[in-house]
Amino acid sequence: MIYEVFRQERKGQPFQHAGSVEAPDAHFADVYAREQYGRRGESTALWVVPRDAVIEIDEFVDELNRNYHRVDGYPLREKLREARERAGTAAPAGDR
Amino acid sequence: MNEQEQQLLLAIADDELILGWRDSEWTGIAPLLEEDVAFSSIAQNEIGHARALYELVARERETTADELAFDRAPDEYRCARIVELRLPDWEKTIARHYLYEEADAARLGQLKDSDDAEIAGLAAKIDREEAYHRMHAQMWFDRLRDEQRFTAALEELRPLLDSARDTHSPELAELWEEMTMVRRSQPAGTRW
Repeated sequence: MIYEVFRQERKGQPFQHAGSVEAPDAHFADVYAREQYGRRGESTALWVVPRDAVIEIDEFVDELNRNYHRVDGYPLREKLREARERAGTAAPAGDR
Repeated sequence: MNEQEQQLLLAIADDELILGWRDSEWTGIAPLLEEDVAFSSIAQNEIGHARALYELVARERETTADELAFDRAPDEYRCARIVELRLPDWEKTIARHYLYEEADAARLGQLKDSDDAEIAGLAAKIDREEAYHRMHAQMWFDRLRDEQRFTAALEELRPLLDSARDTHSPELAELWEEMTMVRRSQPAGTRW
């Protein structure tokens, strides 16, 4: 069985994917994950998860390309500049 | 450190050195990759423990860890029979690993109570690493405990734990040849 291993480098930081281990059961996965990702002070904690338990989503439908749903799809800087021109006010210093 | 303490530390160091060599024979051919990494790391730890113990004794005797580890004749080693054997069967290797870790834990427990602060400190340090070895041994034990081949191996090897430490199997002499070959091939006076 494949187990995915996530490690947290320091307390409070997010867990990040470290790699995977192959092991016949959870007990072996525990020991092998410690050995490979934990015992040299490189992690404060590990999450060891059977690969089957991970819900993987890799398809994101955006047929109509509605990029205004995303923050990067809305060019605020440009719109702000135009609005200022109409109002006849200069941008405050440091906002160029 | 009195002579008796030195002999005890040497016996433990010899056990760890020889077992480390034997366990390292699985490097590259262990049953699965993760096990290869784990078992090789254990082998390396054991040799590290041997070195630390030799260093303590070497200081008392005004010699070096390398000289204690490699320049004695095979019959001067004080290791137990169980670590000497070449065990090309995985179930026997794991049976030895389990038996050894159990006995080693008891021995380290006593050393941690030593009046000599340096010995007690080193024992505590070694024991923290041995905790991983015990976890690994226990995991295999739990998985194989009902397998006849494994239980037979435990029975076969258990008596060798308490064997006399002044006589050895021919297998130790063979290992010694291999272990000291490079060192012996150097001209006299070579410094390492």
